[in-house]
Amino acid sequence: MDLDQEQLLDAYRCMRTIRMFEDRLHDEFATGQIPGFVHLYAGEEASAAGVIRHLHADETDTVASTHRGHGHSIAVGCDVKAMMKEIYGRKGGLCNAKGGSMHIADVSIGMLGANGIVGGGTSLSCGAALTAKVKKTGGVAVSFFGDGAFNQGMTLEAMNFARVYDLPVLFVLEDNGYAESTASSWSIGGGDPVQRAAGFGIRGEKVDGRDFFAVTHAAGEAIKAIRDGGGPRFIHIDFLRYYGHFEGDATTYRPKNEVRDERKYLDPLNLFRARVLQGEILSEDALNRIDDEVASLIDEAVDEAREAPAPDLSTLTTDVYVSY
Amino acid sequence: MPVITFREALNAAMRNEMKRDENVILLGEDIAGGKGAGGQQDAWGGVLGATAGLYTEFGPDRVFDTPISESAFIGAAAGAAVTGLRPVAQLMFVTFFGVAGDALFNQMAKFRYMFGGKTKTPCVIRTLYGAGTGAASQHSDCYYPIFTHVPGLKVVVPSTPYEAKGLMISAIRDDDPVIFFEHQAMSGDKGEVPDGEYTVPFGEARVVREGKDATVVALGRMVQFAEKAAEELAQDGVECELLDPRTASPLDSDAILKSVKKTGRLVIVDESLPRCGLASDISAIISEQGFHTLKAPIRRVTPQHNHVPFAPNLEQAHIPSPEKIVEAVKSVTGGK
Repeated sequence: MDLDQEQLLDAYRCMRTIRMFEDRLHDEFATGQIPGFVHLYAGEEASAAGVIRHLHADETDTVASTHRGHGHSIAVGCDVKAMMKEIYGRKGGLCNAKGGSMHIADVSIGMLGANGIVGGGTSLSCGAALTAKVKKTGGVAVSFFGDGAFNQGMTLEAMNFARVYDLPVLFVLEDNGYAESTASSWSIGGGDPVQRAAGFGIRGEKVDGRDFFAVTHAAGEAIKAIRDGGGPRFIHIDFLRYYGHFEGDATTYRPKNEVRDERKYLDPLNLFRARVLQGEILSEDALNRIDDEVASLIDEAVDEAREAPAPDLSTLTTDVYVSY
Repeated sequence: MPVITFREALNAAMRNEMKRDENVILLGEDIAGGKGAGGQQDAWGGVLGATAGLYTEFGPDRVFDTPISESAFIGAAAGAAVTGLRPVAQLMFVTFFGVAGDALFNQMAKFRYMFGGKTKTPCVIRTLYGAGTGAASQHSDCYYPIFTHVPGLKVVVPSTPYEAKGLMISAIRDDDPVIFFEHQAMSGDKGEVPDGEYTVPFGEARVVREGKDATVVALGRMVQFAEKAAEELAQDGVECELLDPRTASPLDSDAILKSVKKTGRLVIVDESLPRCGLASDISAIISEQGFHTLKAPIRRVTPQHNHVPFAPNLEQAHIPSPEKIVEAVKSVTGGK
């Protein structure tokens, strides 16, 4: 294991924060206080945590995200309380309550946004990679996209564009089993995403998305190769999401007990705990302490979001242009 | 003053800005030409030659020929702009907006608003438009109203080489995404253009000609048609005040209102289509805000509700002509 104790604790904190953020949103959404659509990332934590920990904290490395963008935002380092206010549509939200869950972003730290358009982020990552190339920052652009986006023309064009210019892009397919209600095993023609990437001349690898260590190993290797000037890489991360496509989705398209079994036997946080406890690398106390700290943070975030006022009506027409 | 073509004026503007600011890059299909081929590099300089020589001068790290992948490279322009470059990307013909629509309408136009004003997206999308070259339905549209409809985008429609150079320099320096419309039938049009750098402001109409009898608003190629019409009308004693808004978004509606207050009559000449077009938009604004100053109904001179046809006689019948403008002005000035 090539992570030290501090790095392991950071990774665990990241995954636990994502899980508690999403589980809590699931409960809060049911109370009717959260407007709009919310797409939750629970079950996919090892991807955001395992990949993004290899990126630099400044804006030179970037992340383009998906409909399911809370996890990536947390892993990049977005302010969790400001995120919660954003999702509640309140003053002080990360995007001043103009974006909401589906457009949450903090470009100042390289988080280019969740994206309401399936596949919308892939070409943005090519642009961020062009910036890195032209300005010679050494930056890497990570493009997360789902199994639905893998069949979008924009994604395929972006992969070709990244290849022909050897752009520093890591394409990360987060295959959570379903594009809305449609099974990825059916919708991805040819059946093997790694082969599809190979068709573009992009080297790829399939990774078990429940296994943080497998994800972060693959991502570390790919990002190093990209930084060394090797051009784009591809990772196919395979897992299942725990909740529906959106909150309120009855998920009748899923087999009975699929999620129950997934949670019971293949939960990425449980697997992480088992691994580090078995090797006596981290203590149970240290992990439990993180659980408590994260629980407090999420409680405070929800309390503050609920108490925050709605945004001023005067902001309806601001921020359309820099100048007009 | 030097006399140069529209395309040379654009070229001078882009060269000036690329020299001035190393963050300015060019992206597009064949903007150099010959990428990866065995022959000459910088073979085309764009489909009508507006970027000729820039690849040779600034090199492959500033000028990027792209595969025919509008989704990828217009999206990349948005992503590059939001991360610190000032890309100038060419969407070859505006009719192709559909294959890059997401990047244009959902990404670059919305970033600033969706992200609560915490970012900017300084990019220019150059695009060819307009009828008159026999290119027919899929290479001739005047889709500037579609972009004008979308908040977050600025829309520039220059009418002369002088305007083109100054507006392009303004566009590249602007911190918002700008859609820059270049009429394909005007690429070789010549005009006086100063050598040095200058800017033409957005949202300020140009008074092309002063007059007291009727206000004529025209933009892009229609300005030269309206000028011809105004000259003919002047011989009959009808003095038109001709305004060129220069940018459809922002629109200088104040200048139009002020002129209509003086003349009491408004004719709008627009090469875009009549339904939800720019003439309809201006007509609505003036009806709402200046109805009491009007002495006659507003007239729009536009194509009809059809696509751009191929046969030369049909194409000419489609485009607003000086004759149609004369007829429209006479209809509101009482025939004199």
